[in-house]
Amino acid sequence: MSTTSLTDRLGSLLMAPVHLLMRIIDIPLRAVQKTAGIGGMAAVFLAPNMLIFGIFVLLPLVINFVYSMTGGTAFFLSERNFIGAEQYQRLFTCTNYLDPMSCQEDAFWTAVGNTFWFVILQVALMIGLSLITALILNRDLAARSFWRAVFFFPVLLSPVVVGLIWKWILQRQGLLNFGLYQFGIEPYTWLTDRNWTFIATIGVSIWAHMGLYTLILLAGLQAIPKDLYEAAEMDGTKPARVFRRITLPLLAPNLLVVVVLALIKAVQIFDEVYVLTGGGPGTSTLYLTQYIYETGFASTLRNPGLAAAASILMGLVLVVLTLIQLGIGQRGEKKGKR
Amino acid sequence: MGVASRFILRRRGGKSWHWTDIVTWVWLVGGLIIMFGPAVWLAFSSFKTPAALAEFPPSILPYVTSQATVQGYDKPLQLFEAKMPDGSTKVLAEVRRIGLVAQMVDPTTPGEIVRVNIGDRTPVRSVSFATENYTTPFTQFDFLRYLWNSVFVTVTATLITLIVNSMAAFALSKYEFRGRSLAMLIILATLMVPLSVIMVPLYSIISSLGLFNNLWGVILPTVATPTGVFILRQYMLTIPDELIDAARMDKASEWQIYWRIVLPLTAPALAVLAIFSVVWRWNDFLWPLIVLSRRELYTLQVGLSIYSGELNVQWHFILAMTVVTMIPVVLVFIFLQRFITTGIAGTGLK
Repeated sequence: MSTTSLTDRLGSLLMAPVHLLMRIIDIPLRAVQKTAGIGGMAAVFLAPNMLIFGIFVLLPLVINFVYSMTGGTAFFLSERNFIGAEQYQRLFTCTNYLDPMSCQEDAFWTAVGNTFWFVILQVALMIGLSLITALILNRDLAARSFWRAVFFFPVLLSPVVVGLIWKWILQRQGLLNFGLYQFGIEPYTWLTDRNWTFIATIGVSIWAHMGLYTLILLAGLQAIPKDLYEAAEMDGTKPARVFRRITLPLLAPNLLVVVVLALIKAVQIFDEVYVLTGGGPGTSTLYLTQYIYETGFASTLRNPGLAAAASILMGLVLVVLTLIQLGIGQRGEKKGKR
Repeated sequence: MGVASRFILRRRGGKSWHWTDIVTWVWLVGGLIIMFGPAVWLAFSSFKTPAALAEFPPSILPYVTSQATVQGYDKPLQLFEAKMPDGSTKVLAEVRRIGLVAQMVDPTTPGEIVRVNIGDRTPVRSVSFATENYTTPFTQFDFLRYLWNSVFVTVTATLITLIVNSMAAFALSKYEFRGRSLAMLIILATLMVPLSVIMVPLYSIISSLGLFNNLWGVILPTVATPTGVFILRQYMLTIPDELIDAARMDKASEWQIYWRIVLPLTAPALAVLAIFSVVWRWNDFLWPLIVLSRRELYTLQVGLSIYSGELNVQWHFILAMTVVTMIPVVLVFIFLQRFITTGIAGTGLK
């Protein structure tokens, strides 16, 4: 008893200055409330969030379009000259639209191509693995929350840590080569091979993110009424048929949401790849966000306008994906209401 | 052991093993190794000396070769277990090596030199943790500074996020006003505006506000999270309006209602948002990389990536600092994992 009262007392002691601060804030706000009325206080409560939101999200979103129509290397808009759609033209100037190397901005199209294949392969493999894991975790397991946590663990790790963990494993004296060495396979420098590096970025990003999607799919599986399965069992339905006729249709909305969410994240891949490969060797793992970052900031021939134009094109893809997601969500809600 | 294995391997209704049970266990144990193995391997490696890190094949535990100071020699000599011609083994110290033959001495009788074929000897090794991998970066490099920067950014950003988001959520859930649905729509629409789409103009805004190379330039753009407003609003909608009306009867000001009634009742949702925010801000990388270009301002993530990208990578330091960077997240994982998993499963957001 005495310990709880002690912690309580300690807590109230620590909170005392906060309470005092809140009381001081209350004095001017009461005056505001007197003039603005109770309804007017809504604006006061909304103001800080909307102000920050407006300055750091909405405003950049709007001036991004202006940026993409200006040229030069300066960052301040007042020092930049208006050039119309020239940046977009530059991005789309190609002699052969099937060959990225024939384009004026070949790095952009290489990044687009790399990102495209990365997104397709990563999402397909990851959702497949997540679905299998979720199905397994949905079985009658002992210590299910432990196993769920096992697959979720990498999701919390920072991308930089993820990149370094795998860089350490894939390097020449690393664990992978050690494992293969046991089977008589000679050590190999995985991160200097164009194809293996590409595969590594897919594998590492699956490792880092599949736990999130497993979790959402598992929640979807657990929401399927148990009596459906019991009825199927009584009828002696084969498991494969149960999966096709009950699990898959009822999980479909979740599955769609998860696929779109994974697509949105995969298009923006940057952090872990940047640490793991730096986009190399060559341009084999150069993805869109890194292209934008390097064009806008890092390269000596930086061109913020071009980076802005590329980021708007990427934004368009994301808008389409988000609209699909919202559409699915709405359809799901309507179904739920019926 | 018997009880434990029976508990772990228990089957529904005591039925016999089915092939799906085997698949399940292979998958789970394989998952355990693949998900935890790399991080554990990194943690073990972080205690190795540079010499041990360069070894192939690597050992799991950090070993160092034992050394001894022998009378008559200035430097400490490496100890080996050598096979003697008569078949016995003896611990000898190596003086020098010429081709395939090593000149060695017995540490107890340093006078006489024994010649040993290098194939007949193995180094004496013992487990030893190279803790200097951890202490050196903190004392000789700026890593203590980076750690502090990361903590400052994480704590400040999380506190501001909680206050600002909860105020907005309060306004959007408990007041009727013109433009409420518009405000909601704007917040929802930008739920998916990622940094990569707005980083160029955002950078110009940050620098025109004088926040380039400033930790506040890292903090401010992240605090008005639509996700946070969304989670908190959903939760506040469940607080009965009668409570607020009763407080108004008692002449409580709107600020008091927010602070004394609504916030305490929203505690569970605030806790979830706080955990998310801590993990997000601790892990942020691209934006700090853009805003911070002075070494003393780096966060841990930026510092780590810059150091690991340098030409002569000092892996023993990098590995140790990676472990340090991992610690807060691992703690969150161990103690608060349940909040996060239910939070994600409930909202589908990360």
